[in-house]
Amino acid sequence: MRYILRKLLLLVPVLFIVTFLTFILIHLLPGSPCISILKTNATPANLAKCTHQLHLDRPIPVQYVDWLRGSFTGHLGQSYLNDEPVSTVLAQSIPVTLELLIFSQIMAVVMAVPLGILSAYRANTRIDRVATTAAFGTLSIPDYVRGVVFVFLFAVTIHAFPATGYTHITDDFVQNLRSVFLPSLALALGSIALYHRVLRADMIATLQEDFITMARAKGLPTWWILVRHAFRPSTFSLVTIGGLNVGALIGGTFILEYLFAIPGIGFNTVNAILQQDYLVVQGAVLIVTVGYVMVNFFLDLAYPLLDPRVRHARAAA
Amino acid sequence: MPAPPPDATETTSILPGAGGAEAPSGVLVEQAPLSGAGGTVLTPAAADRSRRTLGFTFWLSVSWIGLIVVLAVIAGLLPIPDPKAIEFQPGLNPSLHHLFGTDDLGRDLFSRVIYGARVSLTVGFFSILFGLVIGGILGLLAGFYRGVTDGIVVGLSNVILAFPAFVLLIAVVSFWGPSLLHITLTIGILSIGPLAVVVRGNTIRFAQREFVMAARMLGAKNSRIIFREILANVVPSGLALGLVSVPVAIVAEGGLSFLGLSVRLPTPTWGNMIAEGRVILTQHPGVAFWPALFLFLTVLALNLVGDRLTAYFDVREGAL
Amino acid sequence: MSPRLHLRPRRPHVADPARFQVADGSALLEVVDLATHFRTERGLVRAVDGVSLSLNRGQTLGIVGESGSGKTILSRSIMGLLPKSNVVRRGQVLYGGQDMVGMSERELRLVWGAEISMVFQDPMTSLNPVMRIGRQITESLVYHLGIEDDEARDRALALLRSVGIPEPERRLREYPHQLSGGMRQRVTIAIALACGPKLLLADEPTTALDVTVQAQILDLLQSQQQERFMAMILVTHDLGVVAGRADEIAVMYAGKIVEKAPTRVLFRDMKMPYTEALMASIPQLQHPAHTRLAAIPGRPPDLVTPPPGCRFAPRCRYAQERCWTDEPPLMEASTPGHLYACWYPVGTPEGREALARNEERGGPAPPPEHIADTVPATVMAGTEAAG
Repeated sequence: MRYILRKLLLLVPVLFIVTFLTFILIHLLPGSPCISILKTNATPANLAKCTHQLHLDRPIPVQYVDWLRGSFTGHLGQSYLNDEPVSTVLAQSIPVTLELLIFSQIMAVVMAVPLGILSAYRANTRIDRVATTAAFGTLSIPDYVRGVVFVFLFAVTIHAFPATGYTHITDDFVQNLRSVFLPSLALALGSIALYHRVLRADMIATLQEDFITMARAKGLPTWWILVRHAFRPSTFSLVTIGGLNVGALIGGTFILEYLFAIPGIGFNTVNAILQQDYLVVQGAVLIVTVGYVMVNFFLDLAYPLLDPRVRHARAAA
Repeated sequence: MPAPPPDATETTSILPGAGGAEAPSGVLVEQAPLSGAGGTVLTPAAADRSRRTLGFTFWLSVSWIGLIVVLAVIAGLLPIPDPKAIEFQPGLNPSLHHLFGTDDLGRDLFSRVIYGARVSLTVGFFSILFGLVIGGILGLLAGFYRGVTDGIVVGLSNVILAFPAFVLLIAVVSFWGPSLLHITLTIGILSIGPLAVVVRGNTIRFAQREFVMAARMLGAKNSRIIFREILANVVPSGLALGLVSVPVAIVAEGGLSFLGLSVRLPTPTWGNMIAEGRVILTQHPGVAFWPALFLFLTVLALNLVGDRLTAYFDVREGAL
Repeated sequence: MSPRLHLRPRRPHVADPARFQVADGSALLEVVDLATHFRTERGLVRAVDGVSLSLNRGQTLGIVGESGSGKTILSRSIMGLLPKSNVVRRGQVLYGGQDMVGMSERELRLVWGAEISMVFQDPMTSLNPVMRIGRQITESLVYHLGIEDDEARDRALALLRSVGIPEPERRLREYPHQLSGGMRQRVTIAIALACGPKLLLADEPTTALDVTVQAQILDLLQSQQQERFMAMILVTHDLGVVAGRADEIAVMYAGKIVEKAPTRVLFRDMKMPYTEALMASIPQLQHPAHTRLAAIPGRPPDLVTPPPGCRFAPRCRYAQERCWTDEPPLMEASTPGHLYACWYPVGTPEGREALARNEERGGPAPPPEHIADTVPATVMAGTEAAG
């Protein structure tokens, strides 16, 4: 328990610093939301009035504190552009990105684990070299290139999936899956390569251990040993990398969202930055950072579940 | 930017596996067959040999990188047309005059790809160079002196790592304009986070080894001596790490320019060429294809080289 | 135990015991000229180079040798537990009359665990650290005997009790790192005995344990063996371990058996200088404090290019010129069942003369010219004559 509290205590300052820095950064940007709001009505008088109304004339630290206070109660302000509460905008976009992340990671794990186990067991044979090379190759294709290729192959050449657009999950489940499939696949390919490499490396090391020989000496069949004995101790790196990967992806889906016109957090944030919709950006950064930090935190908590040695070491500490 | 796995065993960072759990950093591509008798006679010799030599693909990759770099540097001296010149017939197929053909506006594609390489390579190498120097020094200091220094560096790294990179990048581009310098600097600053963390981890690992303690006990008053000893060991792995980070930076710049947020058209970059080409994919596939291919090959080559070197240097550590 | 889907009814995976029946009194295990060579970059490593032995049910054979003598490879080779590639295995391993050398891994798996079991050296590394003890025991029961979870659990409890582990119900749910070294080894033994094997191979079962625990473990092995009427092979580097517990002892050096005899005969009437040296290197309680340990100088030979003569010659204080050029064959001593391979055995007139000659010379006989170059310096005993 103390361990958990100690971890949490370290996370909080990070959140503050990141959001504060973002705040400053956004406010350094040239132009002002007032221009976007008033458009043709942007006379100096109107601008001044707007600026005052939006509290944009107060010193930056004060603005930050105001925002901070509001954020504790969930009031992240209003979007300057469409006058919706920021929390609403975010609440609508979070599940979209989340769906993309979950779907892609499931795809990645489902494909990477069997390949990784196979590669480790048949290390250095042709099948392993093919798998490893393929993994390395896909790792080297940037996600936007993957996206473009997929659009070309699956949406333009054969009309299996929509090239852009997103259907909400409550509207039409099948259509929703179709619209999310290509970007998820594009995202997944990068992760598959990573997971495969990590799992393979760890598993090769595990397979050298004495207890594997002992399991073999017990007369257990190979698949049993691979799955029941070798796999679990080999997952630690995988889980670490997986967690880090997801943490990074939380803020990294924006290109694919942009390419496929999926209204997730990334997409909305990019638009907000370009149109100086400050508070949306601020709120989005808060969410993304919280997400990243939470993922890492839960990752750390997950280790005791995976490795009973850690469980007891921590309980003793 | 995705952070590489942390190496340190006892830290105060929020990074997973750092609070005492021994998450194995087994990201090396080991090459060993399934052992049946717990310690075969064959494996160490063969595996050692495969690590000691760098391999054909390694040198192939190095050649590609060398080729691209050279072409990019001497682009002005090459007998290729101005990448922005709209003088030729559009939609030409590859020929001797136009190695990759022309695009929809009649510009020579080969020339555009080569000039585009300049942007990618500059951003890629220099941003990581910056990050490696600063991050490396910070990591070294943190790992060696521990205490307050360590706390500060780790805190700083955590903030950088937690910061949504794209917000920073897009904001910088919007504020200061899309110039090579700004983008390079920003990516460089962002790379300090993961680089410092890993260098710190390696430093800690080395500082705990016996030969450092021995040096201390021999009365090495000058901590610079110890500095040098650790440095000699940390630098190779740091370089390998840097090499693996370069493609990440290149891809990041590519992504930015794909969104139109890097060096603006008509100056070609691989990213903006792909973005341009994506809408005319069926009519003029070459516009997107060639830069995508070059991007892929360069990233692949860098990954291969970096990976090979990482394995190579890590073995040397283990042999100690 | 974790729940699992029963896709199809459990069935046993075990060889038909009738296949391995032997007549009472005839050998359960017979090894005929077994050789195990590994192909490496440096050449062919002759880890085991022509070993023959036999064992009846209820008997214990001790195999003693230094590290590098090939004893571990021998035990693995008898079982067939070797890497799949770059291994050359010759000879016969007759278990219950069936030759195991030709069997496929699939066939062998029906034998491993159920008929022949192995206990490994270090229980910390030979047990899966992230799997509960209970499951590590029950999985062989379930796989080989095809019994259901509940019954398997009961049997596991009984096994833990029979190996002397207190509070077995608690232990079932625990992990290896929660147990002490001695208890972990008991668990390993329980796992090995789970399916009632007829032959147990114990590879240095006490080396990784405290001295106080060693005797307990050896006692346990002995009592289990008697109870189950098992044949047992005890592999160790420590003569003291097998002294009171083996019916027969085989001394191994550089991949070959150099002396084999019933225990009493060996201790009373050893013939090989190597055995004598091993015996002498055991620290004795009656010696005064600070007595220098009589170590055997030099190192075992390179198994890729073993010397042409007796392999122990470079380190033997009885060595004569003949020892360097002619390899002594295994000969039977006056007592039946006592085999040894030496030109100048201990306790014989030839041996005494050889020793006297060497003492005069001031050291053992040097190798003849053409041999001397092939023997690396590290193997030579040098001026440090033992005794």
